[in-house]
Amino acid sequence: MPQPIKFLWLIPVLPLLAAGVSALLKRERRQWAASLAIGSMAVSWLLSCAAFFSTLGGHPYVRQIFNFRWFDLAQSGVPLGWVLDPLTAIMLMMVTLLSLLIFIYSLGYMEHDKNFTRFFCFLSLFAAAMLGIVIANSLLLLFISWELVGLSSYLLIGFWFEKPAAAAAAKKAFITTRIGDIGLLLGMLWLYHRSGTVLFYDNGQGCLEQSSLAGLVVGTTVGGIAVSTAIALLIFSGAVGKSGQFPLHVWLPDAMEGPTPVSALIHAATMVAAGVFLVARMYPLMSAGPHPVALQVVTWIGALTALFAAAIAVAQNDIKRIIAFSTISQLGYMMMGLGVGGVSVGMFHLITHAFFKSLLFLGAGSVIHGCHGEQDIRKMGGLRKLMPWTFATYAIGTMALCGVPLFFSGFWSKDEILRAARDWPLSSVPFYLGLAGAFLTAFYMTRQVCYVFFGKPAEAEGSHGPAHESPAVMTIPLAILAAFAVLAGFLGTPVWPWFHSYLSGENTPFTLAPLFEHRQLLLMLLSTVVVGAALALGWRIFSQVASTPRREMDPLEKAEPELFRWLQNKLFVDEFYAATVIRLNTAFARFSNWMDRVVWSGAVRGVSGLTTVLAWVNRTLDESGVNVGFDLGCAGLRGTGGWLAVLQNGRVQRYLRVVGLVFSLLMLALIWGWP
Amino acid sequence: MNPLLSHYLVLSALLFSVGFAGAVTRRSAIIALIGLELMLNAANLNFIAFWRYGSNPQALTGVMFVLFSIAMAAAEAAVGLALVISIYRQRKTIRLDNLDSLKG
Amino acid sequence: MLNEITFYLTAIWTLVFAIAAMSLRQMVHCALSAAAAFAGLALIYLELNAPFVGFAQLLVYVGAIAILIVFAVLLTRGDEVGPNRSQASPSWLAGLAVALLVLGAIALPILSSPSLQKVAPPVATAPVKRIGEELMTRYVLPLETVGVLLTAAMIGAVVIALREESEKPAGQGTSLLSFNGGRTQRPATPETAAHPETEEAVTLP
Repeated sequence: MPQPIKFLWLIPVLPLLAAGVSALLKRERRQWAASLAIGSMAVSWLLSCAAFFSTLGGHPYVRQIFNFRWFDLAQSGVPLGWVLDPLTAIMLMMVTLLSLLIFIYSLGYMEHDKNFTRFFCFLSLFAAAMLGIVIANSLLLLFISWELVGLSSYLLIGFWFEKPAAAAAAKKAFITTRIGDIGLLLGMLWLYHRSGTVLFYDNGQGCLEQSSLAGLVVGTTVGGIAVSTAIALLIFSGAVGKSGQFPLHVWLPDAMEGPTPVSALIHAATMVAAGVFLVARMYPLMSAGPHPVALQVVTWIGALTALFAAAIAVAQNDIKRIIAFSTISQLGYMMMGLGVGGVSVGMFHLITHAFFKSLLFLGAGSVIHGCHGEQDIRKMGGLRKLMPWTFATYAIGTMALCGVPLFFSGFWSKDEILRAARDWPLSSVPFYLGLAGAFLTAFYMTRQVCYVFFGKPAEAEGSHGPAHESPAVMTIPLAILAAFAVLAGFLGTPVWPWFHSYLSGENTPFTLAPLFEHRQLLLMLLSTVVVGAALALGWRIFSQVASTPRREMDPLEKAEPELFRWLQNKLFVDEFYAATVIRLNTAFARFSNWMDRVVWSGAVRGVSGLTTVLAWVNRTLDESGVNVGFDLGCAGLRGTGGWLAVLQNGRVQRYLRVVGLVFSLLMLALIWGWP
Repeated sequence: MNPLLSHYLVLSALLFSVGFAGAVTRRSAIIALIGLELMLNAANLNFIAFWRYGSNPQALTGVMFVLFSIAMAAAEAAVGLALVISIYRQRKTIRLDNLDSLKG
Repeated sequence: MLNEITFYLTAIWTLVFAIAAMSLRQMVHCALSAAAAFAGLALIYLELNAPFVGFAQLLVYVGAIAILIVFAVLLTRGDEVGPNRSQASPSWLAGLAVALLVLGAIALPILSSPSLQKVAPPVATAPVKRIGEELMTRYVLPLETVGVLLTAAMIGAVVIALREESEKPAGQGTSLLSFNGGRTQRPATPETAAHPETEEAVTLP
């Protein structure tokens, strides 16, 4: 069997080719587009499995790389390359598997949409770009794929571009992530400048390897911070944008305008995870040096985001928006995990979250599909009996997200993060923030489940008929994901921390010792209590609501109207941006417009006016100068001709006289030696 | 004193210029032809004078030349006068002022 | 001495008649003066020890060309100018000036070059026998050529002066080859001048 590194490039290229071919297809060729997308993704998944299995072998793992020179520039070239290491392999598995499941789900969800072909083309493009990020060994290749991911996100969020809200949301997403990407670009350039290479791993010369890291750590820059910290922070800003951390989170809730499979794939599992993955990939840089300030920043931002988003989610009424804010919150958890505990802690939660969050999104999509497009949870209810499969899988996903203990993956991954936060030497605040966030998570999920699935079916106005269960093509992926939501957790229990050992290369066998560790058990108990309390509270408050008519206000709103209003309006962050940044931008845009219309256009018009004047001068000169001169010349010629014609008057005697005259003159000249 | 060569040559020059003057001055074509004949004769005189006063009279070069010149002049006078007569028939005039149809 | 007198006499004779030929009013007088001038030149040739040339001059110029000129004058009578009007062209002074210039141009070199002030060498002879021998040996080609030339001139003169059958006015292409041989009975052609019958102008070699 050939080395997997040799065919690793196929994994993103196959969906890319599928996207390319789909782009050329006519709208009616739905089957072809879907088959290309699903087929290429299936092959990519198989290849990822092969790659994954090949990394299971040795301890310590051997990182395989493949670099090549893309083109030559001056004396050095621009190298690109891909890398296969455990981080890559586990991410590949997750991305390809989820993409495959969601592609299949889309067959059912998008069946009635007339732009089916275009949808699958964009999905394939996105998958190709995301996989490109995963396998990139070169920061340049990563950036290229990063931008492509942003582009396909824009295309997919704005898929129904006839809706003004969707078009605006797509624009907002792109621009907001762009702001983060500036930082990423700057960091990338700085890193290249300092270390001389964009390759991560290059037999000791890569920018994430020891020699260059040592150089980056000692250099200091503005404010006395180390160069490595500065670069790391810049790169982290890209992650902040892409992963929806505060303050660049504003695009994620609006991105729910896209179709639900898009929300599931991109805004739950993969694209937003790209930021976390970036931090994980650049972890050697982030953690370099004696005082890794970058990681502290990552932790604080992650912790704050986790709590902030969870609070907002409590007051939302759109089913997808609740899950969107939940995503932001969980991404905060991942960042916090990376900051306090390292790559394996953050990545474990990323993997488990991918499964149960996409499960929740797909379930929400199923609910929306079943309710004929209704998205407001206040207008739903009693779907437990009408959509049993959806309810079952959704319940599993909710329990995984809340962190219900023992059987659900969220419990284990969140527990890892809380344990690392508790043990963080610098501060305990993130730990408490994490606990509060966990409480709120369980609370808002309970609220949502009560509204949607419990109580009486909705008799709301505007309903299009009774709800029905979704077709199998949609529910089977739900089931598969639910299974993963449960099973994935067992990869990282304290008893057998396979995930940690896989990623870090240490050999930790199955052992029951941690079970008897005092602090470990205490933590598990604490998180269980928190989750249970939240579930109970939520049930108590909202279960009655589910049975009462919908015209009543939300109990929370009744209790604390002011706070509720703040939370419902997402703490007015969007409005704040509109008042400051957007206003500034608009003013600048107006100024640029003025400059363009008045100054630059004026300059251009001036030049054209000058040209006109010159042309006029030219014409005048031509007419009065050249033409007149020419006419005069011709007249002169005619006159001279007239003069000379005197010699030719037809009379012989004149000719003879001229001959005689010239003869005599010639003779005289010869005699007296004229020249 | 015997006449010098230059005397004959001056005479020839005078004859030539008289003939020339008549040719370019008089209106009638026939008078112009007469002037032409005078010019030819002046040239012949020149030849004979140079033959006589020259260094090699035995070669008879001048004499021969003049003989042929006389023959030529005769032919030319014949054709020329025939032309004049023909022109007179066509145009009813032999005045050179009126014969300018080749005017450019 | 004698040579000098004869020279001046003949020279003056020739010049006077030449000037007369160029300035007399009546064309016949001009023609006859020209004949006299030719005769004077013949005398000068005789004086220059070229008797053959002199006699040839007399025969050809006086005997043929002058007569020819008289005939031509007589045949073109209708265009005589009146007695009160000048017979010279309006710009006769310019012509005269040019003639004087030409005279100066020729005479000045003659007078100013000392090599031409030479005396006559001992008598040269041009016996006819010698002329004949030369003609037949050295100058045979020019002789034959002149014969052809004279033939051509004769034919040409005849053709040119032939009276045409044309009824059209002047300017129409007159066909020189519509020779009808001999007398032609022509219809009333608008020829105003009183002409005798067509006569072929023959020249005598």
